[in-house]
Amino acid sequence: MSEVKEKEPSLRELDAIVIRFAGDSGDGMQLTGTQFTNTSAVLGNDISTFPDFPAEIRAPAGTMAGVSGFQVMFSREDILTPGDAPQVLVAMNPAALKKNLPDLERGGFIIVNTDSFNRQNLRKADYDDNPLEDDSLKGYRVYKVPLTSLNREALKDVEGLTTKEKDRSQNLFALGITFWIFDRPLEMTLEWIEKKFAGKPAVIEANQKALRMGYYFGENTEIFRQRFRISPADLPAGTYRKLTGNEATALGLVTAAVKMGKPLFYGSYPITPASDILHFLAKLRHFDVRTFQAEDEIAAMGSVIGAAFGGALAVTGTSGPGIALKSEAMNLAVVLELPMVIIDVQRGGPSTGLPTKTEQADLLQVLFGRNGESPMPVVAPQSPTDCFDLAIEAVRLAIRGMTPVIFLSEGYLANSSEPWRIIDPDDIPAIDVHHPAPRYGTNGKEPFLPYQRDPVTLARPWAIPGTAGLEYRVGGLSKAPLTGNVSYDPYDHEKMVKDRAEKVARLADIIPEQEVFGPEKAELLVLSWGGTYGAARSAVRRAQKDGKSVAHTHLRYLNPFPANLEEILSRYDQILVPELNKGQMAFLLQGTFAIDVLSYPKLHARPFRINEILAKINEVLD
Amino acid sequence: MTTIDLETPTLTRKDFVSDQEVRWCPGCGDYSILAQMQKVLPDLGIRRENIVFISGIGCSSRFPYYMNTYGIHSIHGRAPTLATGLAISNPDLSIWVITGDGDGLSIGGNHLIHAIRRNANINIILFNNRVYGLTKGQFSPTSRQGMRTKSSPMGSIEQPLEPLSLALSAGATFVARTIDTNPNHLGETLTRAAAHKGTSLVEVYQNCLIFNPQEWTDYHNRQTRDDHMLFLEDGQPMVFGVNQDQGIIVRDLQPEIVKLGNGISEDDLLVHDATSESPTLAYILSRLRHPAVMGVLREVEGPTYAEGLMHQVAEAKAKKGQSDLLSLYQESDLWEVK
Ligand code: SF4
Repeated sequence: MSEVKEKEPSLRELDAIVIRFAGDSGDGMQLTGTQFTNTSAVLGNDISTFPDFPAEIRAPAGTMAGVSGFQVMFSREDILTPGDAPQVLVAMNPAALKKNLPDLERGGFIIVNTDSFNRQNLRKADYDDNPLEDDSLKGYRVYKVPLTSLNREALKDVEGLTTKEKDRSQNLFALGITFWIFDRPLEMTLEWIEKKFAGKPAVIEANQKALRMGYYFGENTEIFRQRFRISPADLPAGTYRKLTGNEATALGLVTAAVKMGKPLFYGSYPITPASDILHFLAKLRHFDVRTFQAEDEIAAMGSVIGAAFGGALAVTGTSGPGIALKSEAMNLAVVLELPMVIIDVQRGGPSTGLPTKTEQADLLQVLFGRNGESPMPVVAPQSPTDCFDLAIEAVRLAIRGMTPVIFLSEGYLANSSEPWRIIDPDDIPAIDVHHPAPRYGTNGKEPFLPYQRDPVTLARPWAIPGTAGLEYRVGGLSKAPLTGNVSYDPYDHEKMVKDRAEKVARLADIIPEQEVFGPEKAELLVLSWGGTYGAARSAVRRAQKDGKSVAHTHLRYLNPFPANLEEILSRYDQILVPELNKGQMAFLLQGTFAIDVLSYPKLHARPFRINEILAKINEVLD
Repeated sequence: MTTIDLETPTLTRKDFVSDQEVRWCPGCGDYSILAQMQKVLPDLGIRRENIVFISGIGCSSRFPYYMNTYGIHSIHGRAPTLATGLAISNPDLSIWVITGDGDGLSIGGNHLIHAIRRNANINIILFNNRVYGLTKGQFSPTSRQGMRTKSSPMGSIEQPLEPLSLALSAGATFVARTIDTNPNHLGETLTRAAAHKGTSLVEVYQNCLIFNPQEWTDYHNRQTRDDHMLFLEDGQPMVFGVNQDQGIIVRDLQPEIVKLGNGISEDDLLVHDATSESPTLAYILSRLRHPAVMGVLREVEGPTYAEGLMHQVAEAKAKKGQSDLLSLYQESDLWEVK
């Protein structure tokens, strides 16, 4: 800390910065981070966020288990990840410091609430000595701020609130400090406070004051000698908003329903990290969105089959444990050949696993986790906003193939956010739906054939109840082609198994060609899927700048694969597959194409960092 | 219940018979239920294309294949979930769930409770033969304690479940019981269930002559059946017996069987009222075993799930106007990049 008072702190221009807010679950860190993000987005920065919170709703205060964090990267450049390592850490208590310090960049800034570094909290975080008083934080720039007492002092004239209630504003005091350091305006958050706490004037006053006083504290004390400015990014012109993956998924589904001219039926059972899709859709009754909170995962899946039989756009959302429960009903959907979308927002597994953490370990489950030959198309979004496009695409595939389609999202994408340039919904093509027309007077003479396949797509007709003359029965038993009648005939069985597989394979006819970023031929091809896109693309970009012979390809269609994938894979000496599992995509590629693949698994239930993949690229190429 | 369409073409029993060969064991009680269903459907004033049968797994669950309507033979225990989804997506259909004591009360017990609790507009017909048929003769959730089967050679230890009591506890708006060997009563009961708006649960005592042939002997036998069953009639005192000389009264919340005469007349007996707001009496009746109470135990009105949902849709549309995707996209903090 400086002894000499400097009048004006220096203002440094940066390209990007990563900041992490960390505190107790009850400290409002998600909210603080979100407000910081929103303001930065409106200022025109590119942003990418990564919230990280405990599974426990109220873990004991002050413990490591209760630490909740929110990381945001904001940048003047186009960014694809929320950043590898934070350069700034706001730690509200010792546990937050201890848990997040290992991630912080060397030389990074730490803003701590010294008031919370008391004996009790230090003990809860397993600190023998106060890290603020020894040299364990050497190498970082530490700003010690008695946040609690400063905030209490700032709010001493606010009437109608207890001290405890006033302390709830201290996150906004901290936010005010960061707004000053990073040169952000307060207006948006002030307005937000007003809306959020409408009808509670004392709370509004306390929060607004805390935010302002935090800002003034930065301005008026000499402890922060450095300020930073990150100029607006060069994003394509347009109107923007921020979207998380789950929000984007929900918006995509509603859009698809409108484009089909159908009601959206969303049958789901609450599960982390998919529930926000249900919450979002439940508010959209005016779009004729019929959300149905089922009694369990199986019921959710059953309801979706019923709704699809009835002709609605039928969708369910869950996570890995829910997919396990739904599997039998998913299989029924496969043989009934009805269109629907099944969303799996993957989380750390197996079993209950790590509900709030991310993983990509359900890939083989969704592809192969059902009895019998049960082909199901799978698409996987690559970024939060890609969830919008791919949700619509999943619906398109489902309708074209008369098949359930898996939308394989991830906790990381679901909760992370990035700017989305709002598109004109009129630019999205309609989704054509065809239901066979009623037939009158042909009863018995010309029977309707529910399994008569379209010669091009092999899809069966989507005949819906209420249509005269098409009354037909379907079921889970093996069936004869054309009529769909129960059949135990071995050749009927073989034909139906093959037709269903071929029908899914033919979706490749409308799947866009796989693209490669970088040279057509190279020593190495990095192949990623799902949320690993950002880290893999950024790492390859850097490696290419360093002159490495490396290209990147990212898969969004996992079943069927794009038609040209095999040819692409054949052009590179080595193929590196980074994924958040023990090598499931690598296994799939090896099995499908009989090629050698370098698997790069990560099992920390956290997204890849750019530097990890970069280091791996260098290791392979050196 | 489906809106009655005056232009509904005249249908006959034959219109509801599919081209599939019926494959139940000869003499199975299922035949009678199928026959009655095909007989009453033409008179309901519902277009055939608006009728859907959904079943689970088990002997009874082959039912949809034999009906020339829309149908799904689904998976074990889950038929109510498909039916609920279908009823929400197409509230105007007449949807029938065909289930059994294993399918509906064991593997699918949870779904049955919740379908009833939500009052989804579906008719659930539960074929109760008190045994597993398709898996060849294990005890079921309704089997009597002590029943010896392949999986309970020393007798079942479990207490049987009373399906109607369960339904009433879940808040059922329509609950009835009938028996395969009384076609008239069976047909009438199905007709009343069809007319009910909301979930109707009909338990049918059904004979599995292969694995549990003795179960209903007393209920079938001309000499004994009237002593074993009391047929409810709205507004009528509860009288039963071969000689119609026994009745039911309730004392201290306990049902009692009394003999008429000796100072007890029909005026002292319980009088049936299926529309009573309180389900308590229906519950007491549902638990009686000697005699078993047949007919409609409860029939009250209540909003269906789809009505509630579509009401919200209408309300939201009235409040927020027609759906407009662009405004939805813009419901957030926005910023312009030039
Ligand atoms: S096993 Fe019993 S219930 Fe099943 S078809 Fe035969 S008689 Fe009917």
